[in-house]
Amino acid sequence: MLSMQNVAKIYRTDTVETHALRAFSMDVSEGEVVAVTGPSGSGKTTFLNIAGLLETFDSGVYELDGKDVSRLSDAQRSGVRNEKIGFIFQSFNLIPDLNVFDNVDVPLRYRGFKGAERKRRIEHVLDTVGLGSRSKHLPSQLSGGQQQRVAIARALAGEPRFLLADEPTGNLDSQMAASVMGLLTEINRNGTTIIMVTHDPSLAGQASRNIYIRDGEVSEDSSAETLPEEAA
Amino acid sequence: MLGYYLKLGWLSIRRNPILSGLMVAAIAVGIGACMTIFTVNYVMGSNPIPQKSDQLYYVQVDSWDANGFDENSEPVDQLTYIDAMNLMEAGKAFRQVASHRTGLVLEPTKEDERPFLVDVRSTHTDFFPMFDLPFLYGSGWDDSADKNQDQVVVLSREINERVFGGRDSVGERVTLSGLNFRVVGVIDEWFPVPKFYDLTNGAFNEPEDLFIPMSVSTANELPRNGNTNCWKELDGDGFKAFLAGECVWIQFWAELRNERERDEYLAFMNAYAEQQKELGRFPRPLNNRLRNVTEWLEHREVVEEDAQVMLWLSLMFLAVCLLNTIGLLLAKFMGKSADIGLRRALGATKGSLFVQHLMESAMIGLAGGVLGLGLTWLGLRGIEILFGDFVQNLVTMDWVLVLLAIGLAIVSALLAGLYPTWRACNIAPASQLKTQ
Repeated sequence: MLSMQNVAKIYRTDTVETHALRAFSMDVSEGEVVAVTGPSGSGKTTFLNIAGLLETFDSGVYELDGKDVSRLSDAQRSGVRNEKIGFIFQSFNLIPDLNVFDNVDVPLRYRGFKGAERKRRIEHVLDTVGLGSRSKHLPSQLSGGQQQRVAIARALAGEPRFLLADEPTGNLDSQMAASVMGLLTEINRNGTTIIMVTHDPSLAGQASRNIYIRDGEVSEDSSAETLPEEAA
Repeated sequence: MLGYYLKLGWLSIRRNPILSGLMVAAIAVGIGACMTIFTVNYVMGSNPIPQKSDQLYYVQVDSWDANGFDENSEPVDQLTYIDAMNLMEAGKAFRQVASHRTGLVLEPTKEDERPFLVDVRSTHTDFFPMFDLPFLYGSGWDDSADKNQDQVVVLSREINERVFGGRDSVGERVTLSGLNFRVVGVIDEWFPVPKFYDLTNGAFNEPEDLFIPMSVSTANELPRNGNTNCWKELDGDGFKAFLAGECVWIQFWAELRNERERDEYLAFMNAYAEQQKELGRFPRPLNNRLRNVTEWLEHREVVEEDAQVMLWLSLMFLAVCLLNTIGLLLAKFMGKSADIGLRRALGATKGSLFVQHLMESAMIGLAGGVLGLGLTWLGLRGIEILFGDFVQNLVTMDWVLVLLAIGLAIVSALLAGLYPTWRACNIAPASQLKTQ
C-alpha cells in the first residue's frame, strides 16, 4: 500500500546541502505495524513527513495505494492526507482553545461531512479511546496520556488507511505509554496500518516489523528480535 | 463552513485580546476620521431632488456690464426684476418660477405671545409642484393669486405647530409685518440639502418658514434678504426705481421635461437677450446659461475644494492605519503557525485556510467599523461644536453612510489581511509540527 523507491531529499541553504534521505526504499503492506528507528538526524522524521505528504522529495518514486503522489497538486495532497492518513505527534498537537470534541472534529470539517455524521464518528472514536465522558474538556484539563488519546481519536475519526506516529509515547510515563501502545495495537487489529517513528525499544519491540535508518537509508529491515544493538 | 470559520475567528480574536484590540482600534480610528470627513462631503454633494434634477434648470440671462467681459466670463447668478417678470410673463417653460428671500415679522393672535421674525420665500404658484413640496394640509395658491396679488400664505409645519398647534389651519389668518394673510396650505417636513433652489443665501440653510406670492411682496415693497448686486446707477430713488434698475436679486428656475424643451428654452432666452439689446440693455455678447440641478451645484462648487482635499487626506490616514493593521495581522497570523501547520496536516487546503483567516480579518474589520461609527459620531459632534449652526445640517449620518462605514471597514480589513493571510497559508506544515 505504501511504496518508496530510491527517494531522496536534500535540504539546501546558501552554503550547505544536507542529504536527509538518499536512495530510500521501502514497501509497507496493509495491516503491518512498522517501527522506524535510528539515531538522531538519520532521516526518520523526514521519512515520516514525506510518507504523510507533508513534504515533497527531490527524486525517486513514492506510490500510495498504487498512485504516484509526486504528481499531485497541493490541494490533492491535502485531500489524500485528510482521507487516508492519520497523524499522531509526540507533543499531541491539540488546539488549546478547542475542547476534546472540537479537536477531534477538525479533520472531519475539512472532509465535508454533515453535522450528524461528524457527531456519530466523534462519539464513536472518543468511546474507543475511553474519553467519551470528557468531550467538553479542554486539553489543559486532561493528563498527557488523555491528550494523546484525544490525538489518536482525531487521527482515527476519518477512518484512515494508515496511521503515522512520531514518537507517540515520547512525552508519556511508562504506564501511560503502555496504555497508548495497547490502544494502537487494538487499532491495528481492526485493520489500520501503523508506521511509527520511535526511540523506545519496548515500543519497537511490539511492532510486527522494524526498520532501522542510518544516514538517510534503510540499513536494517527486520523483525524486532534482529534489531541492531545501538537502536536499543 | 462559514459558521465554523466565524467560530474559529472569534476564538482567535479572544486568544490575543490586546493584539486584536489594537487592530480594531487602528481600523476604527481610520474609519472614524475618514467617515467624519466623508459624511460632510456626502451631504454637501448629495442630489437634493433626484427624481427630477435633470428637468429643473437654473436660468441665467446675462444682463451685466460689458466691462471686464471676456470669453470665459460667466453670466451673473441672478436676474433683474424686469427680466424675471418678462420670463414669467412669456411662460415658455412647462413650469417656471421666480423667487427671492425676505424676512417678515409674524404677529401671533394670542396677546401673551410676542411677535417673532420669520424667513419668507416670495415666489410663484409653480414653486410647489416644480420642487415637489409635500403638503400636510391644503395646497399652494393658484395662478390667479399671483395675478391678483392675493395675500395668501403657505406655512411650514414648524410654524403651523407654533402658531396653530399643528391643527389644519387652512382658512385661518396670520399677520405678517402688518399685512393680513389667509393660510392656503401647510407643507410637511421639507429639507432639501443642499438648498439648491437658492444657493445665494447659504447652500446648507434650512428652507423658509413661509411662502407668499411675489406679486404681494413687490406691491407692498417688502424687504429683500439676500444678495443684491447692481452694475448701473438707479434711475431715480425709491422702490420702483430699484425694480426698474439693473440690479440682480431674483433666482429663476424652469422645468423643462426633455432635451427638445431645453433647447427651445435656451433659444428663447437668446432671442429675449437679442430683443433686450435692441432696447439698449444687455451690453455683453450673448452669454446665457441653462444648468440642471447637479450642474448648478457643481458650478457653484457647493462641495468646496478644501473639503475634497480633506477627504483625500482622511483616506490617506486610513491607509496609514491599514498599514499598521497589516503589521499587527502579520504578527498575529505568524504566531498561529503551529495551528496552521496542524490544520494543513489534518487535511486543510491552502484555500480553506485562506478563507478562514480572511473571515477573521473581516470580523476585526466589522468590530473596527462599529467602533469607527462611534468615533465618527464623536467627530461629527466635534465639527458641530467647532462650527456651530452653520454645519448643523451637514453632520447627520443616514443608513447609507452607516452601511458604507461598516462596508469600508470590512473591505479595508480584508485588504489589510490579504498579505498576512497569504504568508500564513504558505507556512510549511512539517516545519511546525515537531516544534509545537
